[in-house]
Amino acid sequence: MSKKDDKHIKAEHIEEKEYSILNLGPTHPATHGIFQNVLKMDGEIIHEATPTIGYIHRAFEKLAERRPYAQITPITDRLNYCSSPINNMGWYMTVEKLIKAELPKRAQYHRVIIMELSRIADHIICNSVIGVDTGAMTGFLYIFQWREKIYEIFEEICGARLTTNIGRIGGFDREWSKTTWDKINAFLAEFPKAFREFSNLLERNKIFMDRTINCGPISAEMALQYSFTGPNLRAAGVDYDVRVMNPYSSYQDFKFDIPVGKSGDTYDRFMVRQEEMWQSLSIIEQAIKNMPKDEPMHANIPDFYLPPKEEVYNNMEALIYHFKIVMGETDIPAGEVYHCVEGGNGELGFYLVSDGGRTPYRLHFRRPCFIYYQAYPEMIKGAMLSDAILTMSSMNVIAGELDA
Amino acid sequence: METQALFEKINQRLNETLPGCIEKAEVLYDFPVFHIKREQIHDVLKFLKEDDELHFHFLTDLTGFQTPDEQHLAVIYHLHNMPSNLRVRIKTFFPITHPEVPTATDLWPGANWMERETYDFFGVKFKGHPNLKRILNVDEMDIFPLRKEFPLEDQTRDDKDDKMFGR
Repeated sequence: MSKKDDKHIKAEHIEEKEYSILNLGPTHPATHGIFQNVLKMDGEIIHEATPTIGYIHRAFEKLAERRPYAQITPITDRLNYCSSPINNMGWYMTVEKLIKAELPKRAQYHRVIIMELSRIADHIICNSVIGVDTGAMTGFLYIFQWREKIYEIFEEICGARLTTNIGRIGGFDREWSKTTWDKINAFLAEFPKAFREFSNLLERNKIFMDRTINCGPISAEMALQYSFTGPNLRAAGVDYDVRVMNPYSSYQDFKFDIPVGKSGDTYDRFMVRQEEMWQSLSIIEQAIKNMPKDEPMHANIPDFYLPPKEEVYNNMEALIYHFKIVMGETDIPAGEVYHCVEGGNGELGFYLVSDGGRTPYRLHFRRPCFIYYQAYPEMIKGAMLSDAILTMSSMNVIAGELDA
Repeated sequence: METQALFEKINQRLNETLPGCIEKAEVLYDFPVFHIKREQIHDVLKFLKEDDELHFHFLTDLTGFQTPDEQHLAVIYHLHNMPSNLRVRIKTFFPITHPEVPTATDLWPGANWMERETYDFFGVKFKGHPNLKRILNVDEMDIFPLRKEFPLEDQTRDDKDDKMFGR
């Protein structure tokens, strides 16, 4: 084209431009999980992204249609495996809603402690990984030992660390041991100091701020349109939190703030999660301080809650109940419930339809990751490749929850 | 607002603006539930979303369902009005031989993947959906796995007797 014609470039000439196609994933070390994105790139600018999901789909909803209620708990572990106890508790509460079981406050407070500990563990992973993706490995290595301590607490309560299967329908299987409480108290005493150091490393760090502010932003309106919930919605400035809106497990007894961001970018998502960890610590402290005494750890529902082991060995009725519950032969009433809890990533919902049989007729998980990940192509349009990685890790997309 | 009061309010408003759209209305646990005729489902969703008073602006969940007689499918919407914290469940039933429902992606872009998931598992065809193809299962799959006619276990096995335990 001669120089003279330059100003007459027409639209079709621009269309002819060649884009390069880049396969980001499915197993790429930077994406922390199995995500595939086919990126149409103009140099290093992302022009279009097409996500492919389902690489670790395990047919949980179909599996659940065949399993007795107690056996569905291990399935929920594997949804958001960074905070499995929240999923467990959410599932128990759904079934308890269906069978109309009332838990004593003491069991509910224990649940709150468990859920807030796992929220901290979940946010530790997300926030320290944001650090790693911006090039700050130190914070990640430093704060991850505290996640380890939380897992030690879980291990002390139920014997498992990651996929916990903690507690039971109706409450907890036993009292927490003294070691558990020692570990919780040690965590509460020492974690704030370490966490403050982690915050000092990143929160006002010039390089970190330059890197994350205005990276992958989403407006509040857009976030609502895309059914965002949890920290990602709050980072956009909407103060929606299931714990406050539809209190479950006695959350109405606790005083805590809902941190909100403004622009919904990576920095805001990071900061919202940081503050939520402080709030979680405060909730745990309140729960321990106001813990009711002399109450059982479970609801009075002999049809669904296993009798104590000594009675099973020495008492006929207890043995019958034990057998019926373990074999899944206690009928759950027919009904239809939706229950949601504030998971690590947002509103984790369970839509359960029971026809009165031993297994659910239909169980659907409302998985926050699955729903908000569809906005990802929109959020990274026009961004650099490295920003796309950062946006994904700050949205905390967990492959297990995404694919179910 | 109490669930019962909310139920009556929605019932009344729906009957006023879109008479005859409700097939069945009930309160199940803490949810008002409305069964809507398929022809009017899009109008009802649009009305619930855009009405100033009801203002169910948030699509919490969208999923599918098959009736026990295996002759009908359903699409189930959970809507949420965040400022007043009201929730409602909308269902629409239709025969399995003609599984077509208008899409909700024009109201909520977030319905896109949820509808794809419902198509993937139940074979519900959402009319007007921009990109209706399988999402979690492989593209080559030729069944809709969450339908009841496809049992979980290998259908060719006859050495297992499930009449005592299991569906």
